[in-house]
Amino acid sequence: MDVELILSSLWPLIQGAVTGTIPLALVSFVLGLAVALLAALARLSPRWWLSGIARFYISVIRGTPLIVQLYVVFFGLPSVGVTIPSWPSAIIVLSLNVGGYAAEIIRAAILSIPRGQWEAAYTIGMPRWLALRRIILPQAARVSVPPLSNTFISLVKDTALTSLILVTEMFRKAQQIAAFSNEFLLLYIEAAVLYWVICLVLSAGQGTLERRLERHVA
Amino acid sequence: MSPDPITPPPSEAETVLDVTGLAKSFGSTAVLTSVDLTLRAGRVVCLIGPSGSGKTTVLRSLNGLERPDGGVVRAPGAGLDIDFSGPVDDATRNRLRDLSAMVFQQHNLFPHLTVMQNVIEGPMRVQRRPREEVIAEARSLLERVGLDARRDAYPSELSGGQQQRVGIVRALALRPRLLLFDEPTSALDPELVGDVLSVMKDLADEGWTMAVVTHELAFARDVADEVLFLDDGVVLERGAPERIFTAPREERTRRFLERLMRPF
Repeated sequence: MDVELILSSLWPLIQGAVTGTIPLALVSFVLGLAVALLAALARLSPRWWLSGIARFYISVIRGTPLIVQLYVVFFGLPSVGVTIPSWPSAIIVLSLNVGGYAAEIIRAAILSIPRGQWEAAYTIGMPRWLALRRIILPQAARVSVPPLSNTFISLVKDTALTSLILVTEMFRKAQQIAAFSNEFLLLYIEAAVLYWVICLVLSAGQGTLERRLERHVA
Repeated sequence: MSPDPITPPPSEAETVLDVTGLAKSFGSTAVLTSVDLTLRAGRVVCLIGPSGSGKTTVLRSLNGLERPDGGVVRAPGAGLDIDFSGPVDDATRNRLRDLSAMVFQQHNLFPHLTVMQNVIEGPMRVQRRPREEVIAEARSLLERVGLDARRDAYPSELSGGQQQRVGIVRALALRPRLLLFDEPTSALDPELVGDVLSVMKDLADEGWTMAVVTHELAFARDVADEVLFLDDGVVLERGAPERIFTAPREERTRRFLERLMRPF
């Protein structure tokens, strides 16, 4: 075992995580949540065309592989004159991808809030939008924390796929060092361990968050 | 249904809400066929009847939670005259809703808000009244039901009876003309029922106009000015509580009362 290589490659990999993997996951998750909220509300809309668009979007995202989505945007679109660099491509695709999955989570969470909460909101004079914003969504947010945390952890791991569209995140760094040093097993295991550590930290955070939110839920 | 000749109708009091021919179907099931009901200022009307008789639907219609298919609702004080057999726009329905405040069977407090936040949400966010005034009023209302000390608690930290009293305060804080109670004690443990009923009795004594769906016959007898017995979507019998409870004219009323007073 080449201890020196492990130590010398550790820093570039951590750099890859801090400047690539983690910001990519965070930005995509925040944008994805915004997309997901809109898609969930559209899906619940009584207007058939609006819920139809949302249904179509969610179906396409969930029915196609993430790697194919990345390839379509990064390698496919330039042939029709739309060239988007690696990073923006990765953020767009990951956001839309998370949006599709999280939309279903948020929709289910909204539907899980008892009808009496809507009625109580209407009774105190709230119109539909205010009831949604003040009464329903805050409760739905609590309900959706556990499944959304899982989505985020999956997203962190999925960022590795963006190495294939040349984003220099942690896994691409590992590939480069491996090719250079010819130590494939070592570097890929090292990358795996680092992903695992990140996910362990996130899981612990998820547990804390859930315990805090468990209070005062009906 | 003709007015009861034994007790003269309390016609001297101002009419808050006058309902005639209220009808509502869910699909092909008629829940209300034709219900007439007059709520006068300071009077308490109790609606009794077997489950599925439509009493809850009457209240929910008055509060805009159900859209009746027919019937006329007039509120002379608010200049409202709504014919539900035609289209009713949202603004009109909201004006009807604003007249009343509802207390639910399952209190339906907002679990993510404290007691105080539950109470001030409507007055502040919807009625846009000044914060200091709303809070001062909320505190005195909570004080009256013995819960001012719990104003920073969350609903899940309260007993069922306390939750329902907060539900009542939340309704009062809206300053409605009319209070609607939908079986407010049916979901409570028996030993907690009395707390809630005594608050309701105090409100009646203070002159609140109330419509109460209830199975608490003792309460109805003690507090109601008029009792309506609903069965199968119609008011089968109506009158002063003493008369309904001691000398019901309809066989079904008599049987219903007997079942409630001697359940087995």
